[in-house]
Amino acid sequence: MERTAPSRLDLFLGFAKIGLLGFGGVAPWARHIIVEERRWLDEREYASILGIGQVLPGPNTVNSAIIIGDRFHGTMGSTAAFLGIFCMPLLVLIGIALVYDRIADLPAVGVAIGAGAAAAAGLVIGTALKMARRLKFDVAAIAVGLAAFVSVGLLHVPMVWAIAVLGPISIAAV
Amino acid sequence: MEETMSGLLEEIGATFGWLSLLQFGGTNAVVPEMHRQAVEVLHWMDGQTFANLFALAQLAPGPNVMIVSLIGWRVAGLAGLLVATFAMTVPPSLLAFAMSRLMKRAGTSKWLGIVKDGLVPLAIGMILASGWIMAASSNQGPLSIALTVAAAAFVAFTDYNLLWALGAAIALGLTVHRLVM
Repeated sequence: MERTAPSRLDLFLGFAKIGLLGFGGVAPWARHIIVEERRWLDEREYASILGIGQVLPGPNTVNSAIIIGDRFHGTMGSTAAFLGIFCMPLLVLIGIALVYDRIADLPAVGVAIGAGAAAAAGLVIGTALKMARRLKFDVAAIAVGLAAFVSVGLLHVPMVWAIAVLGPISIAAV
Repeated sequence: MEETMSGLLEEIGATFGWLSLLQFGGTNAVVPEMHRQAVEVLHWMDGQTFANLFALAQLAPGPNVMIVSLIGWRVAGLAGLLVATFAMTVPPSLLAFAMSRLMKRAGTSKWLGIVKDGLVPLAIGMILASGWIMAASSNQGPLSIALTVAAAAFVAFTDYNLLWALGAAIALGLTVHRLVM
């Protein structure tokens, strides 16, 4: 697939869309918009930036936004991506905070939030599965991915320990 | 004793400034410590308020890091929101930027390629784990599970816009609720 390099405005608008639509978390939207919709990066390039973003402290999507912005437009690109990913959600959040006390008790609101949260979890799970499928993981990569999933998802090991132990293993094995 | 506004803002900035660099694997890694600071150490709010703000941050659009924006808003209004958001996001972003520059300097070196490729399965396993944890915490019965599975399959096997999955799930949830009630 043909890739298209974004302008600074494209970076800002693209990440603003990611932030605005990132209900329940921005990871699925970031991949969808960067890889599929706007085609700034291919699956492999995006995954490798996300890998770096994951082991640094901070939200992996925000770290990735900084790196992607820098890659295309240096400091200004990083700034545009950073402002983009936060500006719309902050406005929405202020709006929600202002009306929350009035609408929080409506039953339909609770039902809609519950259903949306369940689907949002599915979007995150599906995104991970899709990336694993597209990147054609070999046995070692699948084993590392599963070990990360089991330790953090099922055994609730703090992520910093999982990263410290599995990071070197992953680099050595894959 | 009444705290001054600038004292409060300083407290918010200092608390989130150091927490920001402990966010390994994302903001949720530091939520327990955030809770301890906000509720037990600094007495900004009670536990129930913290839980409500956390739920609100999860449902709102944007990165989950915005839990701190709500805490800042609650403690010191708009100025608190801005200070908290900046303190929590700017230090890790500067670190990511430094890393980005290091990678640019390393160019296409072989070791960098090995490290980058090696971290990919780890990152994807972590994303899968966070989806699993979100699913567990939003699980309210068979309908929730069905919506999670359907949304996961929708993303994994089609390239359609993700809004369809969210919209359909909310519509279905409301319809079932109306039929059952």
